[in-house]
Amino acid sequence: MSAIDYGLPADLEMNKPKKSHLGWFKYLGGYAVLLFFAMVYLYPFVIQLSNSFKTDAQAAQDPLTLKPDPFSTAAWEKLLGGSVPFDVWMKNSIIVALFVTFGRVFFDSMAGYALSRLHFRGRDSLSFAIVAMMAVPGVVLLIPKFLVLKGLGIWDTYPAMILPLIIDASGIFIMKQFFESVSPSMEEAARIDGAGVFRTFWSVVLPMAKPALITLTILSFQGSWNEFTHFLVATQSPSLNTLTKGVAQLTTGQLGGGQMFPLKLAAAFIATIPTAIVFIIFQRRFVQGANEGADKG
Amino acid sequence: MDNYKELFVDGGLTQKDFMTTLRNNFYYVLIVVPCQTILALFLAMVVNQKFLKGRSFFRSAFYFPSVTSSVAISVVFLFIFQNTGAVNAMLAKFGITGPNWFADARGLIHIFLERIGVVDLANPPTALVDHTVMGLPVWEWIAGPSVAMCTIMILSIWTTSGTFMLMFLAALQDVSNEVDEAAMVDGAGRWQRFRYVTLPAIKPTLFLVITLGLIGTWQVFDQVYIMSQGGPAKTTLTPAYLSYTKGFSEFEYGVGAAIAFCLFLIIMVMTLIQKWVMRDKDAAKLKKSQKAQDRLTADAQKELIRQEVSE
Repeated sequence: MSAIDYGLPADLEMNKPKKSHLGWFKYLGGYAVLLFFAMVYLYPFVIQLSNSFKTDAQAAQDPLTLKPDPFSTAAWEKLLGGSVPFDVWMKNSIIVALFVTFGRVFFDSMAGYALSRLHFRGRDSLSFAIVAMMAVPGVVLLIPKFLVLKGLGIWDTYPAMILPLIIDASGIFIMKQFFESVSPSMEEAARIDGAGVFRTFWSVVLPMAKPALITLTILSFQGSWNEFTHFLVATQSPSLNTLTKGVAQLTTGQLGGGQMFPLKLAAAFIATIPTAIVFIIFQRRFVQGANEGADKG
Repeated sequence: MDNYKELFVDGGLTQKDFMTTLRNNFYYVLIVVPCQTILALFLAMVVNQKFLKGRSFFRSAFYFPSVTSSVAISVVFLFIFQNTGAVNAMLAKFGITGPNWFADARGLIHIFLERIGVVDLANPPTALVDHTVMGLPVWEWIAGPSVAMCTIMILSIWTTSGTFMLMFLAALQDVSNEVDEAAMVDGAGRWQRFRYVTLPAIKPTLFLVITLGLIGTWQVFDQVYIMSQGGPAKTTLTPAYLSYTKGFSEFEYGVGAAIAFCLFLIIMVMTLIQKWVMRDKDAAKLKKSQKAQDRLTADAQKELIRQEVSE
């Protein structure tokens, strides 16, 4: 596991060029570029929030003004007051995200441990198969996924939403990489003391694997919360809609009712909040997750 | 096999639609991949300037759109690119009348040709309209991405550049400071240092980013589903979306699966080309005894990153 830390401690920045070498021009230019792009990357979210407090008419006529005038909570009242089944979407998103996150952390870490430490026939080919699975693009599998779920008779149920996501090749891979990077001496000691494989894994290995487990938890949560295409093919009943699918249906007009942009923006905003909070708290882990191995690749 | 016939030789509506999706996605890839790569590298180089304070804030700001739900982001872009939306309001401030983004099916190349006075869009050259290649008129093949497609391209560049910026940033921090400073002492200019010091050092990452970009852009689906449903005039239809509608609206699972398989082949070919280009490098780098294991690991890591990018 390669921890990449961008917030360089002060002593590492010592050999930077002296400030006097740099003109004001370079300084201002650098900040101008940064600020411009920060606007480009964050302003759409500001527009989103401010317009969710406008009336439909004002959002349509005057989308750029930041101050809603008149200030209207109509969209939010509609959203939370039950004129769209928002509570159902929220409940389903939370259920799925909890099960998938918990399942991935549990199964991926066990599978990763088995592939890195236990010796059994076909281990290498199994590892290879998992890597190969990661290479298959998701959108290619929509129809096969649907047909398999139908065949199993679980289509349009919670298991159909959860089971196909509950274990993922990339999570197994992260855990396998992690276990390979730590020394097995602790486990050997535990084994000599008479602990079985599962006992060793549970009480000795897992506590050591905390950093990898946190990264995996965050990525799993983010992945399952933002998942959309899988739910699109795995379910049909409105009672099984998640936030992503509900917002998508609301936006594409499948639930009827014209423009209503403040309502849609408010719904999309709520769908963004959990990942935003997790992101702000665990920024460094995200950076690390996205870069897993990129330095070696 | 009948399904594949329908896609490639029958000359029916399905073939025309499929060829249209290939055209749309091809132009999409052609524009999005270079733009996102260059933008990401540019941002990484700016954020990597050590004399600037608050770099971690900006790094997070640029990366933030990448972690949010593609559905939620598409809703926001749908709103800001409305006819009376924020983008057109902004353009109006500069005296520009923005297009009616989502209703405009005109291709950019068509618009350009009309601008320079070569053709008349209302009355396209019959030679190009009558002559078809693979079931689609030549005139349609050379249309370029439609104005509506541009909104999806902009969204895609905007959301992915943050992730790629992080990869470039990791690579840039490995670039040796001594070499860079030595080059500076030798009087190398900014561009020369970029060209002869930075670029060679980050070449593997550059290749990786381009490959991931190629693979990701061939899979565009969520944004099309939310923002345009393939319209106007099928100019934002992509193979992934066509595969979905064939299967789930028209219940032609066979044709849908055939399209998906073609898409899979396209993506595999992209991956193999990348492998082939990187082949010499890998061979030189890996020790013989570790070769198989390392390659497995390296491949998997690339896949891992790719998956995160496509989320």
